[in-house]
Amino acid sequence: MEQSFEVVIIGGGPAGLTAGLYVSRARLSAVLIEKAIFGGQITNTERIENYPGFPEGISGFDLGQLMYEQATKYGLETVAAEVTGVDLSDRDRKVVRTDQGDYMAGALIIAGGAQYNKLNVPGEEGLLGKGVSYCATCDGAFFRDQVVAVVGGGDSAVEEALVLTRFASKVIVIHRRDELRASKLHQERAFANPKMEFLWDSVVEAIVGPDRVQGLVVRNVKTNQKTDVAVSGVFVYVGLHPQTDYLKGGAIPLDEDGRILTGQGMETEIPGVFAAGDIRKNSPRQAIVAAGEGATAAISAERFLLERP
Amino acid sequence: MAEVLTVDDGSFEESILKADVPMLVDFWAPWCAPCKAVAPILGELASEYEGKLGFARINVDEQPANASKYGITAIPTLLVFKGGQPVGQVLGFRPKAQLKKAIDEIIG
Repeated sequence: MEQSFEVVIIGGGPAGLTAGLYVSRARLSAVLIEKAIFGGQITNTERIENYPGFPEGISGFDLGQLMYEQATKYGLETVAAEVTGVDLSDRDRKVVRTDQGDYMAGALIIAGGAQYNKLNVPGEEGLLGKGVSYCATCDGAFFRDQVVAVVGGGDSAVEEALVLTRFASKVIVIHRRDELRASKLHQERAFANPKMEFLWDSVVEAIVGPDRVQGLVVRNVKTNQKTDVAVSGVFVYVGLHPQTDYLKGGAIPLDEDGRILTGQGMETEIPGVFAAGDIRKNSPRQAIVAAGEGATAAISAERFLLERP
Repeated sequence: MAEVLTVDDGSFEESILKADVPMLVDFWAPWCAPCKAVAPILGELASEYEGKLGFARINVDEQPANASKYGITAIPTLLVFKGGQPVGQVLGFRPKAQLKKAIDEIIG
C-alpha cells in the first residue's frame, strides 16, 4: 500500500509535531510517522521547567499531548508505524518505507530524535524490569525506602535522581567524571538534597543479580579499584544515540556518531530532505530547540515545494 | 467488542488465575507515561484477540499486592497468565505490530 502526501515527517517529538503544525497550517498535505509515543523523549520527564510559557512547569507527557492536539487540529495526519528504510533517489518523489506500508512525498522532514544508551555491562539485560530501569518517573515508586543508583551526570541523570529521592532512602549518583554536566540549577538541588550521594570518577562494570538487582561492581577510573555497591535498583542515564539506523546505507550523509548534518535552514545535502531536533549533529537536545528547528524545517520544506520547477 | 477488564487484588484470582482463556494483565500506574500509551493499543488488541486471549489491567498504585507477588518493579509490565501461572511477559512500551509479535510468541 502506498500513500502520497506533500510532506512526510518522521518522528512525533517536539521537532516533528512542530513541523507538522507548521506544514499543515501552510495547507500542505502531511503525514507524521511515530513508532512509539507522541511527545517522544519528553513524555518520560516528570516536570519540564525550561519550556517557555509554563512558569509553573509542565509534565512532559502533558506537553507532548498538547503539541499533538495542536498539530493535528490543522489537518496533520498521523500514523503509528516504524520506519524501516528510505529511498531518496527521485528528487520529486521521496519514499519512506515502514512496517505499515510506504509513504511518498515531495519533501521529507526527519525528526526521529534519539534513544537512550545502555551501559552494555553484564547483568543489564537479564535484570531489566528486575531493578534495572531507564525511567525513574515510571518505576521509582517500586523502590520505596530502598537504596538505588543513578548512572550518569547530565541533566537527565540528576533530574531523575531528584525524582527518586522522593521514594528511595538513598540515591547514589555514579559518574565517570569528577563533576556533573547537569545545569547549575539541577546541581544546586542535588548537592542540597540529604538523600543524594556521589561516586565520582566511577563507572559501572557489572550489575549483580541473579533474580533481582542486589548490587553493582563499580570501578574507579583513576585508581582502577573495584568496589561492590549494594543497591536494589539502578537507573541508567548515560546519554543518547540518534535513531538513524535506517539511514546508514548512505541515503544521507551522517557524522561518525550517526547524526544528520544540516545547514541553517535544517536542509540536508539531499534537496527536499530536512532534519530537526536531537537527530541533528550539534543538537543541544532541548525540547524548545527541537520545536524551533521543527518550525524552521517546515518553513524550508514549504519553500522547497513552492520553488520546485 | 471485547474490552479490557479492570481488575483489583480482590478479583485477581477469579478473573485472571481461574479464567478459561489465557489472560494478559497490564500492570500500570497513573504516573507512568508509557502506560498511558499502551492502554489504547491493548483496547484494540482485546477485540483482535477475542476468544484467544483476554485483556485486563490493574492499577499497581491502588492495588499493589499482585504487583509485589509477581515481582514487578517496572511498568508497564504485561504479564500473560495461562492456567493460573505466568507464562510470559512484555516489558515497557512496544508499538502495536511488535507487541502483537511478542504476544503471539507467548501464546503460541
